[in-house]
Amino acid sequence: MTDDLSALQHETEAALAAATDLRAWDAVRVATLGRSGRLTALLRDLGKAPPEQRRERGAALNRLRDSLTARIEARRLELEEEELDARLAAERLDPTLPPRPRETGSIHPISRTMEEIAAIFGAMGCEIAEGPDIESDWMNFSALNIPAHHPARADHDTFYLPAQGNLPPPVLRTQTSPVQIRTMLARQPPIRVIVVGRTYRADHDATHSPMFHQCEGLVLDRDLHLGHLKGTLIDFLRGFFGIADLPVRFRSSYFPFTEPSMEVDIGWNRRTGELGPSGPDGGGDWLEILGSGMVHPRVLANCGIDPRDWQGFAWGMGVERIAMLKHGMTDLRPFFESDIRWLRHYGFSSLAPTMLHEGA
Amino acid sequence: MKFTLSWLKTHLDTDATLQQITGTLTRIGLEVEDVEDRGAALAPFRIARVIEAVQHPNADRLRVCTLDTGDGTATVVCGAPNARTGMKGVFAPPGSFIPGTGITLKVGEIRGVRSAGMLLSERELGISDEHAGIVDLPEDAPIGTSYAAWAGLNDPLIDVSVTPNRGDCFAVRGIARDLAAAGIGMLKPWAPARIAPSFEGGPRWQIDYPEYCPWILGRTVRNLRNDPSPQWLQDRLISVGLRPINTLVDITNFFTIDLGRPLHVFDVSKLSGDVLTLRPGRNETFRALNGRDYTVMQEDCAIADAAGAQSMAGVMGGETTGCDDRTTAAFIECALFDPIRVALTGRRHAIVSDARQRFERGIDPALMTDALEAATAMVLELCGGEPGEVTEAGAPPAWQRSATLHFERIAGLGGSDIPSEEAIASLERLGFGVQHRDPASVTVAVPSWRNDVAAKIELAQAETLDPAVAAKAAEGCAAIEPEADLVEEVLRLRGLDAVPSVSLPRTSPVPLPTLTAKQARKELVRRTLAAQGMAECVTFSFMPQNIAALFGDAPDALRLTNPIAADLDQLRPTPIATLALAAQRNAARGYPDAALFEVGPGFTVDAGERQNWIAAGLRSGTTPRNWLTPSRSIDAMDAKDDLWAAMIAVGVPLDALVLTQDAPAFYHPGRSATVRHGPKTILGSFGELHPRVLKALDLIGPVAAFQLDLDVIAEPKRRRKAAPDLAPFQPLRRDFAFLVDSDVTADALMRAARGADRNLITSVTLFDVYQGDRLPPGKKSMAIEVVFQPRERSLTEAEIDAASQKVVAAVAKATGATLR
Repeated sequence: MTDDLSALQHETEAALAAATDLRAWDAVRVATLGRSGRLTALLRDLGKAPPEQRRERGAALNRLRDSLTARIEARRLELEEEELDARLAAERLDPTLPPRPRETGSIHPISRTMEEIAAIFGAMGCEIAEGPDIESDWMNFSALNIPAHHPARADHDTFYLPAQGNLPPPVLRTQTSPVQIRTMLARQPPIRVIVVGRTYRADHDATHSPMFHQCEGLVLDRDLHLGHLKGTLIDFLRGFFGIADLPVRFRSSYFPFTEPSMEVDIGWNRRTGELGPSGPDGGGDWLEILGSGMVHPRVLANCGIDPRDWQGFAWGMGVERIAMLKHGMTDLRPFFESDIRWLRHYGFSSLAPTMLHEGA
Repeated sequence: MKFTLSWLKTHLDTDATLQQITGTLTRIGLEVEDVEDRGAALAPFRIARVIEAVQHPNADRLRVCTLDTGDGTATVVCGAPNARTGMKGVFAPPGSFIPGTGITLKVGEIRGVRSAGMLLSERELGISDEHAGIVDLPEDAPIGTSYAAWAGLNDPLIDVSVTPNRGDCFAVRGIARDLAAAGIGMLKPWAPARIAPSFEGGPRWQIDYPEYCPWILGRTVRNLRNDPSPQWLQDRLISVGLRPINTLVDITNFFTIDLGRPLHVFDVSKLSGDVLTLRPGRNETFRALNGRDYTVMQEDCAIADAAGAQSMAGVMGGETTGCDDRTTAAFIECALFDPIRVALTGRRHAIVSDARQRFERGIDPALMTDALEAATAMVLELCGGEPGEVTEAGAPPAWQRSATLHFERIAGLGGSDIPSEEAIASLERLGFGVQHRDPASVTVAVPSWRNDVAAKIELAQAETLDPAVAAKAAEGCAAIEPEADLVEEVLRLRGLDAVPSVSLPRTSPVPLPTLTAKQARKELVRRTLAAQGMAECVTFSFMPQNIAALFGDAPDALRLTNPIAADLDQLRPTPIATLALAAQRNAARGYPDAALFEVGPGFTVDAGERQNWIAAGLRSGTTPRNWLTPSRSIDAMDAKDDLWAAMIAVGVPLDALVLTQDAPAFYHPGRSATVRHGPKTILGSFGELHPRVLKALDLIGPVAAFQLDLDVIAEPKRRRKAAPDLAPFQPLRRDFAFLVDSDVTADALMRAARGADRNLITSVTLFDVYQGDRLPPGKKSMAIEVVFQPRERSLTEAEIDAASQKVVAAVAKATGATLR
């Protein structure tokens, strides 16, 4: 290599090394390889060289061009890398900063519990039936074999609305059972329905609220008997509380709309409040949880269903009560207080609705 | 119904333990609510004699007592001043729990002397407040025996809840009978002797109201003394919470509990005339035994003498003719009253009495004569005197009924395989008499005390039923009901736990949907609103009427006649109203920023339905403070966003909606809208609450709310979606800024732009609204982005220009806008 080429190579390399940003680098590139760059000039002047040297110089120039092109490109990559590093360093964020606020809402425990009830009884083939909160005296009482003089009426602490005309005053339903009547009047058996909804009684303390929710069930078919009622309720209670060996006890009782009637207790530990069979911590106590029975022939007859053709069973339970037991809540009143602290604490995610395959 | 174990045992011969008895009661339908067993707490304590009491070597006030405990000796250190050699006391051994102090006793050392137990005071026993010294028992108290048993403190009190159908169990004897039938002991025979009258005359009965009183007996006992009753009778009444008054009254109360047979005694000397008439009331006032005045009305039944009403039949006797310590002649009333009429009278006058409780459930009609004889015998025994003749009016009603049980029904209805012999035996133990049997069935006579079995059937059939259907159903009921009564009895005695449980047979291997499309939509709205960041609430359906009136109609037809509290009297017109109250409560707790929603009923008197399912939400205060996004006040657009999210979730076609500025009056009139679908259907509304409403609720605004009427949304269609339009060419976006009059709505402008070329324009987005100094007065600027979607080929510049011109022209035509 001739001296001028060698000098060009050294000077260019020195200039590249001295270029600390892409702008300086570009100046070196243009000064070397650009239209009026030094190497370009040398290549242009090649024709002026004596012919006997032309070939050799041409080859040397080409080698130099390839070499410098590669060096310049390599330097560009280096500088870009440095520049990116510098940018990244400058863009560093405090990752502990709070993100943009996003409020998360919640589903009320009553709704959640109703969903769970619907999912479990739904798996047994039940549909959901509905009815209004304001009911006639006949729907809420008489049709359910609770005539005007019946002592059971006194237990109900009924809320009344002003009478219209000569009709008995409408009531706020004291139970979801009138929806049984509506269902039987609306269609023929076989019937498998559950009813979940608001009910009202004039009572207010830690375990009673003037408004609360009930879950009612009605199953009618040709040959369903008391054993099916027991099986249905045991299956539900064990599924709902997620305790496969939850003890369930049935006691003879009385309700005007069922016969035979029974109250249902579940096993728990009075001391710890834990549901389930007795264990090392004690237990073996019973907690009343719901009422049930075979649908009373009079109730069927009141709805035009011949009790010789159809029989079945019904049950009713408090939604808040089973929710409180499942989640260890002790006071009924906050369910209706709408205290956002309570709602956040006990509320459920809207994106995790009840699905049996995910575990109700 | 409260009774003691010892009282029960006067009717029941049994060795069963208390636990067996209470367990059986609960199992057979007489649920034990409470057992007060004072004896259990006193069980460890035995009677002991102090062999020797000597001065404690290291303490002036203490004595060291050596005791004979019956099964050995014990040494205890005792501080009681009355501890002395030779006395008898109550010994608590180590390990026993002392009820009065709540301490479990341990062997200890007191000032250097070992003490293994304790002599107890009455306070330590938990039976009184006496603590001056230890219990000092009489000389004849037997050493080593249970103190509670010796002192008669081991009589447990049992409280059972008697269901409305079991009037017969409002009697100790009735409970004993049921227990005997369930295999707990034998019912003791009871057959009072007839008492021969020793004189004639005395008051007589007359019935002028046979619907209320079909049959009544009476008898005079004269020359008696009515002192306080003997201790055993007083103890018996006190044990179940009744106050002894005098012997005659105590006797009537005794039989009320013992036989479930209310009686009444009149002081003969206080009666006017010698005829007591049962007749409808004449709006006459009398003073009852509880000291209150009641007016006997037309539907009630008075027991009247010549002076007027003296008693409210079946409910409560009168004060002026009652017996006291000067009574020397008493007239005993033993009546049968119509249960329904007694119940209605009791409710009309709000009188709750032991008599009403029993009469309204039905009294054993066959017990009348025996009860009167037993009562007479007790009066003669305790008060002396001479018995008169039994006087009566009316006649025993026909109560005899029979019922047939087909044995296959025990399995068919009760799900149990019970041998027919066992079923019959159960019924017989309950007092049913076999009248006829064959291999398939048994016919039994119903006992007089079981008015709930094979009872008269009263139906309340729906008026809408086809007469033939109703008649057939009624016939079926008459055929089935008595049999169901018998199946219940048979199952009850065995216990329902013995019925094998069977899971419900499946109707389909994989269950079909449980919810209807409409019900599922409600759940979807619920989840969507929670996902919007709101907390779901469940608030009361009722609220203060004056607040309800702020949120819509609060008509009297929806006002409770008997609210539990004055401020829970009106059914709410919309859940927004109760959510506003919830926001107010949260603000008062120091949480003014609330985002609440509810899916629940709103009540109205419009149309046929009085109840609508409404999804409502309410936000108050400000958005959260954050370093990236400044906090801002809640406004109407927050509510609109929530409402739109709900509507999108349930598939409301947004393009078809029309907003009108006529939202309900509780909204800010200028910052709210009604959402309509077509000219008639109102889907809902949104906006900021009216400042007047905020002021009335003491809420600091702004508060934004919305409601969506879920009932008016059209049923979701189960329709397959059309194939999507996925054009292969890139869309073009062009921005336009228009200058318009300030009353031009965004909707008008955007619709005009969108309509400029429906094929080409796929979306119009408003991205800026400006109103201010840089514009002429009365004008505003709205800037939109329009997306053109070419379908067959890319557009040329000329075509794009033409399309843009169409947008400008269409917007100008519709709104008078000019391009800025």
